[in-house]
Amino acid sequence: MEKKTKRRDFLFTATYAVGAVGAGAVIWPMIDQMNPDASVKALASTEVDVSTVTPGKTITVLWRGKPVFIRRRTPEEIAEAKSVKLEELKHPEKDEDRAKDPEWLVMLGVCTHLGCVPLDQKGDYNGWFCPCHGSHYDTSGRIRKGPAPTNMEIPEYKFVNANTIKIG
Amino acid sequence: MSDHEYTPKSKVGKWFNDRLPLLTLANHLTDYPTPKNLNYWWTFGGILTFCLITQIVTGLVLAMHYIAHADMAFQSVEHIMRDVNYGWLIRYIHANGASMFFLAVYIHIFRSLFYGSYKSPREVIWIIGIIIYLLMMAAAFLGYVLPWGQMSFWGATVITNLFSAIPLVGEGIVTWLWGGYSVDNPTLTRFFTLHYLIPFLILGLVVLHIWALHVPGNNNPVGIDIKKPSKDTVPFHPYIVIKDGFALLMFMIVFAFFVFYTPNILGHADNYIEANPLVTPAHIVPEWYLLPFYAILRSVPDKLLGVIAMLSAILILAALPWLDTSKIRSAVFRPLYKQFYWILVADVLILGYVGAMPAEGLYLLIARIATAYYFLHFLVVLPVLGFKERTTPVPLSITEPILGGSPNLAAVKKKDSFKDQ
Amino acid sequence: MKNFFRISFLIALFFGFQFNSNAAEKVEYLKTDWSFKGPFGKFDRAALQRGYQVYQEVCSSCHSMKYLSYRNLVEEGGPEFSVEQAKAIAASFEVKDGPNADGEMFMRPGRLSDKFVMPYENEKAAQAANGGAYPPDMTVLVKARGGGVDYIYSLLQGYEDPPAGVTLDDGVYYNKYIYGNKIKMSNQLSDGLVEYSDGTNASVEQMAKDVTTFLMWTAEPHLETRHKMGFKAIIYLIILTVLVYFSMKRIWSRIETKV
Repeated sequence: MEKKTKRRDFLFTATYAVGAVGAGAVIWPMIDQMNPDASVKALASTEVDVSTVTPGKTITVLWRGKPVFIRRRTPEEIAEAKSVKLEELKHPEKDEDRAKDPEWLVMLGVCTHLGCVPLDQKGDYNGWFCPCHGSHYDTSGRIRKGPAPTNMEIPEYKFVNANTIKIG
Repeated sequence: MSDHEYTPKSKVGKWFNDRLPLLTLANHLTDYPTPKNLNYWWTFGGILTFCLITQIVTGLVLAMHYIAHADMAFQSVEHIMRDVNYGWLIRYIHANGASMFFLAVYIHIFRSLFYGSYKSPREVIWIIGIIIYLLMMAAAFLGYVLPWGQMSFWGATVITNLFSAIPLVGEGIVTWLWGGYSVDNPTLTRFFTLHYLIPFLILGLVVLHIWALHVPGNNNPVGIDIKKPSKDTVPFHPYIVIKDGFALLMFMIVFAFFVFYTPNILGHADNYIEANPLVTPAHIVPEWYLLPFYAILRSVPDKLLGVIAMLSAILILAALPWLDTSKIRSAVFRPLYKQFYWILVADVLILGYVGAMPAEGLYLLIARIATAYYFLHFLVVLPVLGFKERTTPVPLSITEPILGGSPNLAAVKKKDSFKDQ
Repeated sequence: MKNFFRISFLIALFFGFQFNSNAAEKVEYLKTDWSFKGPFGKFDRAALQRGYQVYQEVCSSCHSMKYLSYRNLVEEGGPEFSVEQAKAIAASFEVKDGPNADGEMFMRPGRLSDKFVMPYENEKAAQAANGGAYPPDMTVLVKARGGGVDYIYSLLQGYEDPPAGVTLDDGVYYNKYIYGNKIKMSNQLSDGLVEYSDGTNASVEQMAKDVTTFLMWTAEPHLETRHKMGFKAIIYLIILTVLVYFSMKRIWSRIETKV
């Protein structure tokens, strides 16, 4: 009798377990279909011609649906960015780590607070200013004042040649 | 609705149940006394519920990626098939799911016809069922238009043109349906909206269908009224749940075979050609599940009468509870009806076959005979049979083979065979 | 249980009926063994790569492939060109892009994310260049023809001199397999037309088979995944069905009625 009960339990448990595995396997495609599809993933990199950008100018390009600021900085801006002491920063990062070539700052133009696009050459630090909730960024795109928690993000990029930057 | 008062054991449960008796409902559903002799033909109700849910879930997913625009619909379907994660799987489930849904609903309907499930006191269940069936056909047709292939476009053109058969206002109605002077973008966007809406109407009607079922309870293969709960019944859970589950899995194996190995066999090749208003495909054929009605439409040489015949073929089913005059429900005890039943099944299959064939020569003749017989069955055979037929003795209960009327021992011995029907 | 066999039988009968009705007026197509047929079917990579070559060198001057992207050539289950090869293929095409900062459209080399470049700007241009006949897009062509791969394979080899009594207009050719026997595409394949890099002999039959295989893939790029997943799904369903069957027997054994 006892043996029979055990076997019955095993049978029902196995049935439930196998059924649950199947249910999980069916639910996954329904969730995964909302992830970026193959055509979206394929657009992951953009090449930008920067030959027309003179020092002191910024261009904004679209990458993965978001703006990327490409700024050719003036010597003053570079000097200003490099002179800042790390302990003054909310999110300490050296300027060298953010701009491989100090003349070019390539940065995701999205405020790290809630995702607005900051305004160029505005704010208390001669860098960027986010109009949504008043975050001030310096000439290296680092957060100096306001609610944003971190510096603006640097995407993966490289110079394909002297005039072309590949983002992504 | 409930046969006995139910009180939840936990305090919270009682508090909630006093305010919204969901637990009473759940208890009613699990304890619902079901005839113990239901055979596998009765599992298709559960299978149909599964089909509806599958269509709604996969449909919602497809709607996230589909673009209802004449210039982009075809392309967006290809996008789903190629780029969207598991898009091909979800679309093939949805497309083949429609066929599976109809396969199950036809079995469900013919089960009802065999065992007389439409008879008193279940007429309302039956009529709600017919409305669901009509809505299913509408949803299937509207959905078939959405990929915007050649069959979509010309199917939409032909079916909407049926309305032009209506005297005086017909042309106006067709233009109104199209939102233009031909099937075009406005037609597509409204078809998409309606295709999205109808499944939820069906869902609501399914709730009513089950509600109406739970008032008198299930019919059963013997077709007699039974006491509930009694020795003749089992609680819905776990007995019927597991049995329905088993049948559903068998059904899913067939379903999976179509989805994974022959996903396009039930569709038409022309629908992989983008809609072109300048060229009509050589053969316009509706999906297989509409073929019998298509055959009826074509067998009548007059436009208006053809449309009327086709509609009547469906609507006549709604009058069935009153056309069938027999007091006995189950065909098991109606030797003559049983034979006519199988003739009707064959008749509908023949109509389906000739519906797929060109409407000419011998095919047309067969279609006409089969159409005539279809109506004859409902309008003449059934009413007359109720009066003329000599039925065999019916037992008084499922478990005890006590026979009403004559002490017919042969029928007692046959008990096992009807349980197996 | 007995009922299940009956139901299954009826279902089989019914669909058998349907297929017959579809197959009523079929011409006998040429037969060949397709590696992708059947529940375990897979594409032959080499055939897909050769097929791409035939498409590229022969078909693509008239037939577009508008739903396919160059990146697809790399994807698993397809021709599986290496990323470098596919990039080189893409870069060999000029793609229209823009507008640039001056508001003008410009040409640039293709990238993996680009769709296959179309031979004509639009359908009208295609018709104008082909005597009024529109060369159909080839991406889903195999699924858009009743006979599927066998039809395409046969059609490519079905050119013949018209039988006596059949007159052909200019720009119309005789083909055994097309509906009505009249086709506006001239015979495209001839022995040795392309030079396969893997050394395969480019006979008409070989090229027809390769390009048809390629077209099957473009129409059904996830065919291999589908077959593999289907096998797993059905095995899973059978296991669960058996488990549920025995559970059902157990549960119903509590009362004397048989299931």
